[in-house]
Amino acid sequence: MSRTVAVVKYNAGNIRSVLCALDRLGYKGVVTDDEKRLRSASRVIFPGVGEAYSAMEYLRRTHLDEVLTSLTQPFLGICLGLQLMCDHSEERDTSCLSIFPTRIRLFPSVGEKIPHMGWNTVRHTGDYLFRDIEQDQYLYFVHSFYAEASEKSIATCQYADTTFSAAIGHENYRGVQFHPEKSGAAGALILSNFLKGEQF
Amino acid sequence: MLAKRIIPCLDVKDGRTVKGINFVDLRDAGDAVELARAYADLGADELTFLDITATVEERDTFSSLVRRISQVINIPFTVGGGIRTIRDVGVMLEAGADKISINSMAVKDPSVIDQMANEFGSQCIVCAIDVKRSLKGNWEVFIAGGRIPTSIDALSWAREVQERGAGEILLTSMDADGTKAGFDLDITRQISDALTIPLIASGGAGTKEHFVDVFTQGKADAALAASIFHFSEIPIPELKIFLQNRGIPIRLR
Repeated sequence: MSRTVAVVKYNAGNIRSVLCALDRLGYKGVVTDDEKRLRSASRVIFPGVGEAYSAMEYLRRTHLDEVLTSLTQPFLGICLGLQLMCDHSEERDTSCLSIFPTRIRLFPSVGEKIPHMGWNTVRHTGDYLFRDIEQDQYLYFVHSFYAEASEKSIATCQYADTTFSAAIGHENYRGVQFHPEKSGAAGALILSNFLKGEQF
Repeated sequence: MLAKRIIPCLDVKDGRTVKGINFVDLRDAGDAVELARAYADLGADELTFLDITATVEERDTFSSLVRRISQVINIPFTVGGGIRTIRDVGVMLEAGADKISINSMAVKDPSVIDQMANEFGSQCIVCAIDVKRSLKGNWEVFIAGGRIPTSIDALSWAREVQERGAGEILLTSMDADGTKAGFDLDITRQISDALTIPLIASGGAGTKEHFVDVFTQGKADAALAASIFHFSEIPIPELKIFLQNRGIPIRLR
């Protein structure tokens, strides 16, 4: 059926690398903020690089917040996308979409470099997103704020004396803090699992 | 554990790599896209492309190259060389670059760092700093590809670019560059200790031991090199296994 994936269009960052990654896997990403197209897509990807407060302002103003929180197909937030799916972010004290009951915090200053930038190891719980991914796989991260680890974590990572959520899952929603589109072969496999996966 | 990053750097002119590259198993080693793919397959953690062309027409060639690279490459990459305006940054990011690096322009008008960081986010703004040890015992910043001294102190400039919103620093020691005698560990460590943003060290890599030194004594977060990788003097897979055996966190898969 559809090899077309909806990529949420909003004011956060560049989405070209996500589109290229989809293309390499044989899918076409359609960038849209149209409610009908979002609701009818077989998969929705919610990427994002940038800052939480202005992104949430934009989502509320355009009523995309209501659309994104009521979708039923497999949905994947990436980086800022994951953070916006949580309850609240310390980044400019921002209320977010509350898909995940999780708070977003700034990494503590404990002598580690901020942002957390580069390849770090991830341990996962066996969620369908991580099918055939080994434990302690290196994946690529760039972020200064993190989602707290919780019972909704489907993968965790450690940095700056903190264990945080590398990925979160709830019902049809998944969020990943790392960039699968920039994480080499392992990242491509995670994206492929999302695109092909049945269970959630 | 966050891995230390190994970053090959490619100089590009007219869409092709320059300085000579001697890479086995490549149909066309001058093709920057194919070389980029080969490096990604070998386990490079990131790539850096420096545009060494001079004219505006050639710059359009570069942005279309960046576009082709982003279609093929599934690891992060930085582009630099001749980026002067907010618009230049926008063009490169839109073409698919993950980060851009600025150098001379930032020294001439430091406020561009603030503007670029505000517009696109700190995470994609790399400040390249070329330094040379001075007679006074400190390190001086040079611009224009190392041709023009500025009398600016490297350590205070590094602090300033962080303050203004740069997300990362690419430090090149002009004394060490090309010598293959090792990175300048002294200034690398001083800047790394003084800053809270990541530091990429560049210039002087000649042996695998040099990489151990720059990560342990120099406290660099990443190391960049060109010719030793291009001529397979130090193959990346071999380097990475060596580093891991020396207890350095490194990504092998």
